[in-house]
Amino acid sequence: MLEVTALRKTFAGFIAVSDVSFTVETQQIAAVIGPNGAGKSTLFNLITGHLPPDSGSVVLDGNDITGVLPHKICGLGLGRSFQRTNIFPRLSVFENVQAAYLVHRGRGRDFWSRAETFYRDETAALLASIGLAGREKTTAGTLSYGNQKQLELGLALASDPALLLLDEPTAGMSATETHDTIRLIEKIASERALTLLFTEHDMEVVFQISQKIAVLHQGRLIADGTPQEVRADPEVRRVYLGEH
Amino acid sequence: MRSLASRIPWTLIVFLIALWVPFFGSRYETFIATQILIYALFAMSLNLLLGVTGLVSFGHVAYFGIGSYVCGILMKTLGVPFFIAFPAAGLGAGLFALVFGYFCVRLTKIYFAMLTLAFSQIVWAICFKWNDVTGGDQGLPDVPFPDIGWMSSLPGFGHFRIGEEFYFLVLILVMLCVAVLHRLERSPFGRVLTTIRENPERAAFIGVNVRAYELAAFTAAGVFAGFSGALFGIFNRGVFADYVFWSKSADVMIMTILGGMNHFWGPAIGAAVLTILNQQITSYTEYWPFVLGTILVLLLFVFPGGIMGALDAGWSRLRYGRGDA
Repeated sequence: MLEVTALRKTFAGFIAVSDVSFTVETQQIAAVIGPNGAGKSTLFNLITGHLPPDSGSVVLDGNDITGVLPHKICGLGLGRSFQRTNIFPRLSVFENVQAAYLVHRGRGRDFWSRAETFYRDETAALLASIGLAGREKTTAGTLSYGNQKQLELGLALASDPALLLLDEPTAGMSATETHDTIRLIEKIASERALTLLFTEHDMEVVFQISQKIAVLHQGRLIADGTPQEVRADPEVRRVYLGEH
Repeated sequence: MRSLASRIPWTLIVFLIALWVPFFGSRYETFIATQILIYALFAMSLNLLLGVTGLVSFGHVAYFGIGSYVCGILMKTLGVPFFIAFPAAGLGAGLFALVFGYFCVRLTKIYFAMLTLAFSQIVWAICFKWNDVTGGDQGLPDVPFPDIGWMSSLPGFGHFRIGEEFYFLVLILVMLCVAVLHRLERSPFGRVLTTIRENPERAAFIGVNVRAYELAAFTAAGVFAGFSGALFGIFNRGVFADYVFWSKSADVMIMTILGGMNHFWGPAIGAAVLTILNQQITSYTEYWPFVLGTILVLLLFVFPGGIMGALDAGWSRLRYGRGDA
């Protein structure tokens, strides 16, 4: 599903991502972990076209998407959420998700019909599935932090992605919120047969739901395997899990 | 209540009310109303960028000016009738907006604003210096009125002079443009523009080609600015380089913000209030810019949403009790 080969990115001499290669299989739940500054967000931005890599390639479902613009990558079946919450704050919850449908289904060039008549049922169903039923008319920016994260997930899902990248989906959440969010993500991933690639700081969550874990350290991939393999890896234990 | 308010055909109502101005108002009031209509269209075209798409253009006057020159040159120099010159003005302004916009949308924020300003100053310099075509600093005086003499043969219109007849023409054309703008802002296209205003990065990752949509909005705004410029040239009986000077971009931006850029009718209200205030206050004092500045400062601190924003807040306070405006 996703094949990253020898991806490299430097910022003014600082090597943020150094020759990282890994693959994610269809319908796999995969995690990228690593301490702060390990290059996780940079890696995501390289995959989703927000940053052009210096070298290396990203192949999504057989299509080379290296350096392709974000809006095109989005159309190829890759959805993403952002680490800092990224919604349309002054639009209503309904309008947020509906806009994503309008764009994804190629309606955006229609400048003559009335926007509110489109995809009402799809939007309502999606909002219900992410736990935001009944909040349709709320201005998105006034939602609680946890609800905004849910809405962001909704924006990503509206473009019917096959692969979903989630950058710290539970950042800043309480233990309960984290738990609920992870349950929600798992449920949606299995319902929609999604392939999932996420970064996460909560190790318990990572080892609990991932089938595959890649570990980044100072921009390098130091381990890549099943949770058991990664947990047993001596280098991971040394640099990351805090053992000497 | 808002959904009810949005179901009222405001464009039609405004049109039907404004239709009576020449019948009940003085010749001078009709003159002011004509100016308000033209500026309202100009401000509403700017708001497609400012309030809807979130693009701050400091050079919107360029397309207003191009519209007025295209219409003026066609009608005066080439003797082309108005019904051809007017669409041509919108087309010409839109064409320039498309070309300039192509470069502008490649930049963001203040750099975008600066480039729009730079292009508008280039247009001004050309209008000011190209004597053979634009009349240079002399401009193009005596742009003729359109052939609307036939209006006086309509029942009840017999006593109107050309100024009032022109008002009817302006009213019809401006209201048609407003209706199209309204349709456009409520369409899926308009919704996508609001996602760009709210969060361009996220918009790109629901699949929006941000630059392409910005360029489309920039071009459409240019077309409508061109229409208003064309009417303005005829209204003022001539086209002059002043029309393209950058301070006019500031004037129209003030109108838009004063009226409220988050509301479809806000810019029109701003155009009306500012035009009327300008007329009233200049007859008492020569310090109009001082008064304008004071109004703006008060507005920005007390009613940051403009007049429409304040009305909206007041309305919800009445309806839902205190506080949750």
